[in-house]
Amino acid sequence: MERKTKINAEDGKQELVITREFDLPLELLFKAYVEPDIVEQWMGTKVLKLDSKKHGSYQFETTDPKGNKYGFNGIIHAFSPNQKITRTFEMENTPFGVQLELLEFEQLTDDTSKLTMHVIYESVAQRDQVMQLPFAQGINMAHNRLQNIVGKLN
Amino acid sequence: MNLRRDVFQAIADPTRRAILLLVASQAMTAGAIAANFDTARPTVSKHLQILTECELLEQAQNGREIYYHINAKKMKEVADFIEPFRQMWDDRFTKLETIMKQYKSS
Repeated sequence: MERKTKINAEDGKQELVITREFDLPLELLFKAYVEPDIVEQWMGTKVLKLDSKKHGSYQFETTDPKGNKYGFNGIIHAFSPNQKITRTFEMENTPFGVQLELLEFEQLTDDTSKLTMHVIYESVAQRDQVMQLPFAQGINMAHNRLQNIVGKLN
Repeated sequence: MNLRRDVFQAIADPTRRAILLLVASQAMTAGAIAANFDTARPTVSKHLQILTECELLEQAQNGREIYYHINAKKMKEVADFIEPFRQMWDDRFTKLETIMKQYKSS
């Protein structure tokens, strides 16, 4: 099975590259990053603010099943429609710092396009931590499930 | 024997993955690990042996007990360690693609 989303994270570097090819025309792919109601749908987050222009900024907020709210925000440094977005990304109230994201949008054919997301972190340690977050969450979820099962046995 | 020492082979098994996830949060004895599974104790021991042989788990003696803990360095070598991160992005992008296909046709 071919993996559509690829991650290139070299050991000891404070950056990584995420690439993905889409069965979408370039304009539609780009639109998914600009229209707040569309961003809300695929990112699974509430868009409090999304001002897609140079010197613009954005603010997202997600709510977990327990009702806890998590904020994300960033500043848009460069904005070229259908080509490039350069922005910062920060998870509020976390020790993960700020990351710089360089998003490049490319047309492959009339109906396909490619996104290259170059992410630079403050340090190697921070990159590794962020990369391991979903793994850690998986561990916690598995652990909670096991605890629930064990709890029911007692 | 070669297969058994293959890290990827080791983590391909769902029970062994579950053991790794369990031990990742805290070092545990074989008995404590086995208590989390319906599988027979010797089967769990076998899994622990395989995980130890391919260095994903390490043993540490503490008094009379042997505790198993994750060998983070080895885990990092396994591409699968970042697989949940890749999967998270893949899920997002697949959703984006689905939404935009609908958007196009509506």
